Amino acid sequence: MAGVGSACLFAGLLTALYAAAASLYGARSGRREVVVSGRRAIYCLAGLMVGATAVLQSAFLRSDFSYALVAEGSSTDTPTFYKATAMWATQDGSLLLWALLLSVFSSTVLFLTRRSLREIAPYATAVLAVVAGFFLLLMVGWENPFGTLASPPAEGSGLNPLLRHPAMMIHPPMLYTGYVGFAIPFAFAVGALITRNTGADWIRATRKFALVAWTFLGTGIMLGALWSYTELGWGGYWAWDPVENASLMPWLFGTAFLHSIMVQEKRGMLKVWNVFLIIGTFVLALLGTFLVRSGILDSIHAFGASTIGVQFLVFIALVIVGSTALVISRLPHLRSEARLDSLLSREAFFLLNNLVLVGLCLVIFWGTFFPLISEAITGTEASVGPPWFNRLTTPLALVLALLMGIGPVVAWRRITPAGLRRALMWPVLATALVLVALLALTSSAERPLAQLMFCLVAFVLAVVVQEFWRGAAARRTISGDPWPRALSRLVARNRRRYGGYLAHAGLVVLFLGVAGSSAFLDQRDVRISPGERFTSGGYSITYLRPTATLGADRAGTGAPITLGAVLRARDKNGKTFLLRPSRNFYPTQDGSKGAIGRFFEGEATSEVDVRWGLRRDVWTAVRPDISALDGPIREANAKFGDASGDVQAVVIAAIVERYRRHAPPATFRAIVSPLVSWIWIGAGIVVLGALIAAWPSPEARLRRARSLYAARLGRDLRAEAS
Amino acid sequence: MDPSRKRKLRLVVALGAALILAGALIYTSFSASTEASTPSEVVASADPGRSYELTGKVAKDSVKRDDDRLRFVIADRDGAGSVPVAYAGVVPDPFREGREVIVSGEMKSGTFVAERDSLVTKCPSKFTKEKTASIGG
Repeated sequence: MAGVGSACLFAGLLTALYAAAASLYGARSGRREVVVSGRRAIYCLAGLMVGATAVLQSAFLRSDFSYALVAEGSSTDTPTFYKATAMWATQDGSLLLWALLLSVFSSTVLFLTRRSLREIAPYATAVLAVVAGFFLLLMVGWENPFGTLASPPAEGSGLNPLLRHPAMMIHPPMLYTGYVGFAIPFAFAVGALITRNTGADWIRATRKFALVAWTFLGTGIMLGALWSYTELGWGGYWAWDPVENASLMPWLFGTAFLHSIMVQEKRGMLKVWNVFLIIGTFVLALLGTFLVRSGILDSIHAFGASTIGVQFLVFIALVIVGSTALVISRLPHLRSEARLDSLLSREAFFLLNNLVLVGLCLVIFWGTFFPLISEAITGTEASVGPPWFNRLTTPLALVLALLMGIGPVVAWRRITPAGLRRALMWPVLATALVLVALLALTSSAERPLAQLMFCLVAFVLAVVVQEFWRGAAARRTISGDPWPRALSRLVARNRRRYGGYLAHAGLVVLFLGVAGSSAFLDQRDVRISPGERFTSGGYSITYLRPTATLGADRAGTGAPITLGAVLRARDKNGKTFLLRPSRNFYPTQDGSKGAIGRFFEGEATSEVDVRWGLRRDVWTAVRPDISALDGPIREANAKFGDASGDVQAVVIAAIVERYRRHAPPATFRAIVSPLVSWIWIGAGIVVLGALIAAWPSPEARLRRARSLYAARLGRDLRAEAS
Repeated sequence: MDPSRKRKLRLVVALGAALILAGALIYTSFSASTEASTPSEVVASADPGRSYELTGKVAKDSVKRDDDRLRFVIADRDGAGSVPVAYAGVVPDPFREGREVIVSGEMKSGTFVAERDSLVTKCPSKFTKEKTASIGG
């Protein structure tokens, strides 16, 4: 079966090459049937990728260890959900996922545009085919997921326990959907440039794809942050790690792109800028994929010395050079149709928003690649840490929040200062009230930057509420509908605008969570015995008793041994609740630790316990001290090394019970973070806003139906005439 | 002011702002960065009071806990030099003897005193290297 998989990959590579060649030849020579054949080749490629993925997935689900990938990434005791998702936890499998997503998305967009964009589509097909071909070449030439082992092991290494978390397993498909999604507008932009069709056609055809890609990428980033918060033992959600940054950079460029295409659609301006943005977004997406696999930067995902780093770099360089040359050669066709009339205009604010987003991306890029930059300039490798990133990105984030408030009320072309004052009067008043409340009721003045952010959040939310209210009120004066009907009609007629406003609201709510949790958190690290207590963030936390269980891992990750603690937290009003942080121990295959010792010496993960709350989270993690068990483990290794599995299980149960009875002091970390839940809530609101903006509107369906009817009529008439 | 002069003025202002940002970027990054070094480098030529990012392997049988400080010895990848480390803070899950780690701190009389929570461990398998870092500033 592995042979079938490999054959699918090789056939896919040939199919991609054919698709590119056919599309280019068909476009050049004007032969439509060759172009159509090229498009059908992409459909065929998608089918081949689905087949290859099915073969690999079935191997994982069957735990077929003759596949090298299954042997290193899964095991018989890995729970089924993680067996199914282990495919993209490996390098080779994730390349296959990229190829699968790219071929399926390409097929979708080419199918939807098969009757329109006749000039641009062939070139877009060729570009998409070349990108797919690159990933297939990587797999066929270097990292084949279907490699087999001559002598399959009896048991696999198992999925890395740190990854056994639902968020972690959806995270790669979400990110890749985002990266791949941006390849579509990129391909159509290149096609538009080549055919000198530099109006807004390519934008209109692909902007839904860009929006969907942006949403998935953002969700993937948030899932990574959620995983960090709930699975890793440090209690934070963002560490400015190179891989986190690598996924954020294309998202920032993508956000800028989503805004500036509106300027091109409305006023025919910013054509060069838009092309530059989409090329940049796609290159950053490739760079993001590359960074995770190259080992050039020390980080959480560094796959060590990688065999495909150089190839990625070459491909990225080719894309940059090729695209730049193309843009320069088409500059005369990219002239703006209009000029910026006034700084107090929506165009100007979109441009400003773009500059801030690109600036933010540049800051992050600089900091991420600083080890390489400093080595090139000064000869010594140096790096910058989270404090530097926070210091530079905070002012930019504040400016962005301000723009999100003013932008929606500014009109196209020009708004007078008086008009602006009128539009912002109520929101500014609301913000002033909020500031007074903050000063009077809370101690937020201790952190002026956070307080400023709180005020800006209030400002943006006030503007969004005002815009919804105004729009609905205007509707009511015309149609006399009741409020709910007016609101839903308003949103339905202007999905893009009001979905966007909702996304703004969601994003500032997210900023609220970030500001609150980073400025006002209280973190305590203590080492205490059962019965002792400590305080953190206004809570008094008592270590009630240790826990020790076998095979009862709450998170369902398949850990045999779980040692933990029960904590009781009491707040200022006397309300109490329990927290049960624990630590899962996974066995290692390493025989040198002893038959019993290997259960304690393998990987261990922290299972944190968080009490979620709208006002604050109480996050706890425990690190039990098992050094006292060394003696009994050594004895057990000597006496029961050759015993049967059942006997060993009983021995382990006894050792684990010993921990429970005579627990030494354990190390705890407790963090009380105010407002951190609003980060996740805000992200959810952004997704809701994006969904509303992306939802097909009745007008679009009507337009599509009309144009299809006209096309059919034209065909019939032509058929009659000939 | 006629439109083309206005446009030129805007361009100048924009470029000026970009230059200021670039300047802030370059200045702050070079002054706030920590230098990456190996144990033998840091033993031989560390400036006291200067922050370094030490990379190397945890030496065998060198891990000891006293109270809430973790003490271990970091050796070069090829085993040439080594330096004792005193660390306080969260220890990442994959931390073990023989694994590659990165820790930031300064040299104080022969021992590398690490910054709190700055220990990062690379997982030996293809994946994750777990990082613990200080939150906020």
